[in-house]
Amino acid sequence: MSKPKFAMYWAASCGGCEIAVLNIHEKILDVDANFDVVFWPVAMDAKYKDVEAMEDGSILLTLWNGGIRNDENEHIAHLLRRKSKILVAFGSCACEGCIPGLANFSPIKEMVDTAFTTLTTDNPDNLRPQTSYTMPEGIITIPTLYPVLRTLDQVVDVDYYMPGCPPESHQIAAVIDLVVQVLQGKAELPPKGATIGAGNSTVCDECPRKRNVKTIKEFGRIQLMHADPELCLLEQGIPCNGPATRSGCNARCPSAGAQCIGCYGPAEGVVDYGARLISAFASVIDSNKPDEIDKILDGLVDPAGQFYRFNLAGSLLRSSKSAQKG
Amino acid sequence: MQRITIDPITRLEGHGKIEIFLNEQGNVTNTYFQIPELRGFERFCVGRPVEEMPLLTNRICGVCPEAHHMAAAKATDAVYHVEVPRTGKMLRELLYSAFYCTDHTTHFYALGGPDFIMGPDAPVAERNILGVIHKVGLEIGGKVIQMRKYGHTVVEIIGGRKVHPCTSIPGGLTKGITEEQRKEIEQMGRWAIEFAQFSLKAFNDIVLSNKAYLDLIVGDVYTHKTYYMGLVDANNKVNFYDGKVRVVAPDGKEYVKYEPKDYAANIAEHVEPWTYLKFPYLKNVGWKGFVDGPDSGVYMATPLSRLNAADGMTTPLAQAEYEKFYSTLGGKPVHQRLAIHWARLIELLYAAERWVELATDPEITSPNFHAIPTATPTEGVGIVEAPRGTLTHHYWTDERGVVTRVNLIVGTTNNYAPITMSIKKAADNLIKNGNVNEGLLNMVEMAFRAYDPCFGCATHSLPGQMPLEINIRKPDGEILDVLKQFVD
Repeated sequence: MSKPKFAMYWAASCGGCEIAVLNIHEKILDVDANFDVVFWPVAMDAKYKDVEAMEDGSILLTLWNGGIRNDENEHIAHLLRRKSKILVAFGSCACEGCIPGLANFSPIKEMVDTAFTTLTTDNPDNLRPQTSYTMPEGIITIPTLYPVLRTLDQVVDVDYYMPGCPPESHQIAAVIDLVVQVLQGKAELPPKGATIGAGNSTVCDECPRKRNVKTIKEFGRIQLMHADPELCLLEQGIPCNGPATRSGCNARCPSAGAQCIGCYGPAEGVVDYGARLISAFASVIDSNKPDEIDKILDGLVDPAGQFYRFNLAGSLLRSSKSAQKG
Repeated sequence: MQRITIDPITRLEGHGKIEIFLNEQGNVTNTYFQIPELRGFERFCVGRPVEEMPLLTNRICGVCPEAHHMAAAKATDAVYHVEVPRTGKMLRELLYSAFYCTDHTTHFYALGGPDFIMGPDAPVAERNILGVIHKVGLEIGGKVIQMRKYGHTVVEIIGGRKVHPCTSIPGGLTKGITEEQRKEIEQMGRWAIEFAQFSLKAFNDIVLSNKAYLDLIVGDVYTHKTYYMGLVDANNKVNFYDGKVRVVAPDGKEYVKYEPKDYAANIAEHVEPWTYLKFPYLKNVGWKGFVDGPDSGVYMATPLSRLNAADGMTTPLAQAEYEKFYSTLGGKPVHQRLAIHWARLIELLYAAERWVELATDPEITSPNFHAIPTATPTEGVGIVEAPRGTLTHHYWTDERGVVTRVNLIVGTTNNYAPITMSIKKAADNLIKNGNVNEGLLNMVEMAFRAYDPCFGCATHSLPGQMPLEINIRKPDGEILDVLKQFVD
């Protein structure tokens, strides 16, 4: 009997998800032993047309990383959806847009204009990249950038979500174990739409730092103090995203002295990440006076980025109005 | 006119594209190497607190986030006019040295090495990491995995995470290391030195002692006489983390040496309307198109460039290899692109030696790893050597340290023009009078593989194969012939 088919694809991403998969080391052999890897551009050689030639639904499992930034990304998303039984939004970009999703705060034209007018750009004719350009020898083309970056499930139906930037390797290994057990009839798949390879609580629940339910009079900046290595960062005034962020990473950043920046996305049951974080921050503020509260909040120098750093594209907001207009 | 399209080139973030145009006689008239992506970091980092830049710019590249983390951290130090304590600098450089070992290992064994170890004429099915393991010995596979593991372990101990480290902040780091961790790091570093020596010996035995391979390295097909760039310390020795940027001319003489803050007086980026990526060049030489020579501002920034731009290495084993390199290849500078692979291994040895040097410094476990900035933040430039070239981050902020403007010149981008030239030269040499040699596939592949290109930064992979498909079309678009490699 032939082995079930496996695919992995990257769209608008950084490659860190691929590195995280390689970092499962010997576990990668389990993938090889249990699956026929049919499409994985970073690691092997099949092309789009090979995927097109496959029967619909013939790939058992596809891990998709990266957001939808251009028409090529969207085309491949539809193709792999059609060919895959199980499509997993793998990593923060596919689940919620990640850092590249911050582009949705401004119109695409500003993004391109900025890149082509930087300090060192030599551009006397004020050129911009053209999706189709006529050279003396013929026409050459590049993909069209979309006005906003979209998450995978804003383009196609998604079966499971695996958060993280990138997903932690021990979580990837656990998911591979689970799928192998399902194949052997020893376990069942979670319900469609579930988040896999992560916890059901918050980063705070995994964090080793001590919490004293202490409130603060001001927000601080991590570089402007020597933070106590054992106390909760938020209670020291450092805007840490732990309270709204899904567990699963073993609180890696707070354990290393850095604030959680929210890469595992909204905790279970959280509809809007930013709203949850605002309420968490509000609860540590030690004041009842509106003026004083305003002053304390002024200490958060970038509220938009603070509350939607990783999940703007996937949030209820999705993008600014000016970005939607293109 | 005929047209050859190579699309997609899988290891260039899946989306790199090469167009080759032939004239009526079937000879190359022009080639275009297009980069189809733009994610817009220079725009959307505006408005963010500057201390987040080492975290945000990590996400430019998940293969070399350590390079962005370090360039960004150094730029934020400069923005705050703060001097990082000695221990802080050493911890960052220690993390960075271990990262270099991992990164160079992956490239040599999985991507670039197979061309040499197996030979460019080896059957396609053997020209990959598995072929390398069969030829060099089974235990090498385990060693390569071990080297990657050790490197990532050090990145995690100091940087907090294996991918996208999080501990560098303006003025230093959020944490130090314990004596126990130091010992573990030292032990892994000593193993890394042995691994690097083993790798150089394998290169010597298999490649340098084989005349055909050596001829390929020194041959003309892969030679361009350009300027070379690299970071050097106060004695003009190679350094990956800190120093001044030195550029040597095609004749090997120093052309300029500048402080990171003066980069914009020396570098400009040319724009072409058919690609999303810009072409950096030496501003004071000028952009003369895709040509080499002393009158063209095109420069290269790779392991070979760093060796060419420096006067030597600071560590004894790497220095000995450096001297052997230039005596074997006939003096400085070396212009042959395939020598980048050898240079990369010399850097691997240097990085491993530096790793142990730093791990055995008595101050490495000191708690003095962060200086609190006191000056008002303004503007700053941070430069490190990414494995794929000089990496420049430049930020402007308001008085609260909120970013108002960003400029980035990323590692591989430096090499966009030279890679384009190498592709054209390979095509020129192989396509004659309409005969498209099958060897074109591997020759084109080798031309840009030497640079370890990382457009959009995601080119590393395991099997060491570059899937290519070349469609040869008539002017009306009808396909005359299809050449394939690793494509079924």
